[in-house]
Amino acid sequence: MLYIPLWKKILTIGICLLGLLFASPNFFTREQLENFPSWYPKSQITLGLDLQGGAHLLLEVDFDAVQKEQMASLADMARTTLRKERIGYTGLAAKKDFVTLTLRNPADLEKAKSLIHNTDKDVEITSAAEGQLTLRFDEAALRTRRKSVLAQSIEIVRRRVDEMGTAEPFIQQQGDDRILVQLPGMQDPARIKAMLGKTAKLQFRFVDMSINAEPGKTVPGVDILPEERDGKTIYLAVKKQIILSGENLVDAQPGFDEYNRPIINFKFDSLGAKKFGDATKNNIGQVFAIVLDDKIIMAPHIQTPILDGRGMITGGFSVQQAQDLALLMRAGALPAPLNPIEERTVGPGLGADSIASGEYATIIAILMVAAFMFIAYSFFGAIANIAVVFNLILLFAALSVTHATLTLPGIAGIALTVGMAVDANVLINERIKEELRNGRKMLSAIDAGYNRAMTTIIDSNLTTLIGVALLYYFGAGPTRGFAVTTSLGIIISMFTAISLTKLILAWWIGWRRPTHLPI
Amino acid sequence: MGLHIIPYDTKINFVSKKNIIFAILIAVAVICLGSIFTKGFTYGIDFKGGLLLEIRTSGPADIGKLRSELSDLVQGEVTLQEFGSPNDVLIRVEQQPGGDAGQLVALNKIKAKLGTGVEYRKVESVGPKVSEDLIRNGIYAIIGALVAMLIYIWFRFEWQFGVCSLITLAHDALIVLGLFSIFGLEFNENAIIAVLITVTYSINDTVVIYDRIRENLRKFKKMTLANLINLSINETLSRTILTSTTTLLSLLGLYFFGGPVIAAFSLPIIVGILAGTISSITVSAPLLLHMHLREDNGLEKLSKG
Repeated sequence: MLYIPLWKKILTIGICLLGLLFASPNFFTREQLENFPSWYPKSQITLGLDLQGGAHLLLEVDFDAVQKEQMASLADMARTTLRKERIGYTGLAAKKDFVTLTLRNPADLEKAKSLIHNTDKDVEITSAAEGQLTLRFDEAALRTRRKSVLAQSIEIVRRRVDEMGTAEPFIQQQGDDRILVQLPGMQDPARIKAMLGKTAKLQFRFVDMSINAEPGKTVPGVDILPEERDGKTIYLAVKKQIILSGENLVDAQPGFDEYNRPIINFKFDSLGAKKFGDATKNNIGQVFAIVLDDKIIMAPHIQTPILDGRGMITGGFSVQQAQDLALLMRAGALPAPLNPIEERTVGPGLGADSIASGEYATIIAILMVAAFMFIAYSFFGAIANIAVVFNLILLFAALSVTHATLTLPGIAGIALTVGMAVDANVLINERIKEELRNGRKMLSAIDAGYNRAMTTIIDSNLTTLIGVALLYYFGAGPTRGFAVTTSLGIIISMFTAISLTKLILAWWIGWRRPTHLPI
Repeated sequence: MGLHIIPYDTKINFVSKKNIIFAILIAVAVICLGSIFTKGFTYGIDFKGGLLLEIRTSGPADIGKLRSELSDLVQGEVTLQEFGSPNDVLIRVEQQPGGDAGQLVALNKIKAKLGTGVEYRKVESVGPKVSEDLIRNGIYAIIGALVAMLIYIWFRFEWQFGVCSLITLAHDALIVLGLFSIFGLEFNENAIIAVLITVTYSINDTVVIYDRIRENLRKFKKMTLANLINLSINETLSRTILTSTTTLLSLLGLYFFGGPVIAAFSLPIIVGILAGTISSITVSAPLLLHMHLREDNGLEKLSKG
């Protein structure tokens, strides 16, 4: 009799039963599962986008734009700081990653340096004797800034995607400048892309009507910005100073005005409401502009002070435009533009076809392997086949519980795993045969077969796992799916092909008390 | 009783034929290398960037007409190919100028031209930055796998085993890469999977044979190395062939019944596993003869594992 300790028997059977339990939800629909008792596991295998259909977008954060903006604001800061103290300078210019200026009086050098340093501690200042200053941000500050830009971008992307009512979106940071957005079931990501392609920086600024605004003209203190009005593009000189920005918004909803035209109603927070109230009270008759991403959406005259912090935008939108714009206003502005650098969509038809052909091919593959094992080892082959069945059940359970994603290469991985999983049994069975030929008695041959094959099985499976781990580490989505199913399958096969087959064999010997092995 | 597919008393003298075998395999490797360096690879959009659309038309598609229509819209080469059935067309468009933005402009143009009458089964647009990353990661993964295996074998056996297995693995990887180059198969992410699976599978077979060599080195201290290696290969031959057969059977199932995508995925793995099995048997172990196993290390040291 093969001796297997009781605890080991219980553990082996227990694992198999748990596997059955946790794999079972995959054979029911979601609705059926709802009616099951609460202790019953309900998580199912997550299908990758290539199987269930959907859109995959990889967005890159445009840090060049961030840097440009940073340098512009650094130049701004230097200008206001030095002007306030009446320190004269020339040649203030924002370059790619630094700002330069030259002081009129080199004697002001130390004073200017300490003034700038006190305004922003993160600025590094280098100076030449002639009064030339170079300002840049220090490395640590830049890194922190990049991190926060990325984190903030992900947050805004998440809000926008959520607001669009997409089912189960998956949003994740990739590398240090990319955002992966996966939208299961999404067919045409054009609208999402359009929505994510806008930074949606909303600003409320005054218009200087005294300046004759022409495109391309540069006037200090103002920006010449375009506005689409009745199908024509007109230009206005908008003051650089920002009264309020989108950050002060608490709500924005699409609606209709009394002529049934689509509009957007918005509301400021209390601070915003106060600022807006003051600004409108003191500037009756002036024109202010609502600016979105450097385009004027609307430029009304201030007729009465707006003290309740509420307003509406009528920009001649379509219903869809009003809805999208309200959504962008609610979700907030992106700190940097996002550029799509990879886009993949799979239609539901192809996904369903892939599942069907993948399932079909896998079943055929398993049947062929099972038939072969039976031909090669008869009874011992049958035991190995039972082990393969449990290998698959446990693999399904593991995929369900860990919420790993099953992809098309992942399905191929399952079939391949089956082919490789029986390797352990082949090794064991060949060993048993060999030990029998060497004249060992039946039971000791079985024992020796299992024991001696063990090191080989571990060696060969570990090398496979090394290869698969590298695939996971370096691979993209579908490739990772392959790595996941293959590695789980191999780990599980160490259990099913060894412990489970040995247990079945021990039972069989105890039951039939054979005198020789049908191997 | 099971069928004895490989008789247990098989005694093939692999070692005596090693020079012929090495010559053949070196010739194959040279052909593969030659093709890789002269002909190169037919890169898929994963590695080259570009657009890929899989569409299904309501009736049989007029590929010639579609090709000329689409060629006028975008820059560079447009290739169309029937995919599985006359209604399914695979459209590949070269990387467009103007970076990622140019790419999307071209995609929109194509979609506008094809209109709403077709079903978009798959649309992919890969920009130059992504394709650079993917190809770099692919190379890292393959090199990383080879190095990791070398270290593992070195650690578990001796450095000679590590070197011999590395040569064998590099050879197998080369054959799979050569297959892609010679037959112009689309070289994409899945090609990297194929190479890595080949390597892991081949090392598997090699490890089983090495395990047996180590065991026999302990058991038969007087046997000549050539005989010992031969014995070890023959003792494990049945297992090597059987396991490769089961794996190949499941892969053939995938190849014939898995549809075009899975078929394209499994073909190079099938070739790789065949190459890996053959080279594990005929190269990895006989190569040890050239490594001065006993002179260098002494048997005692080898027997430690």
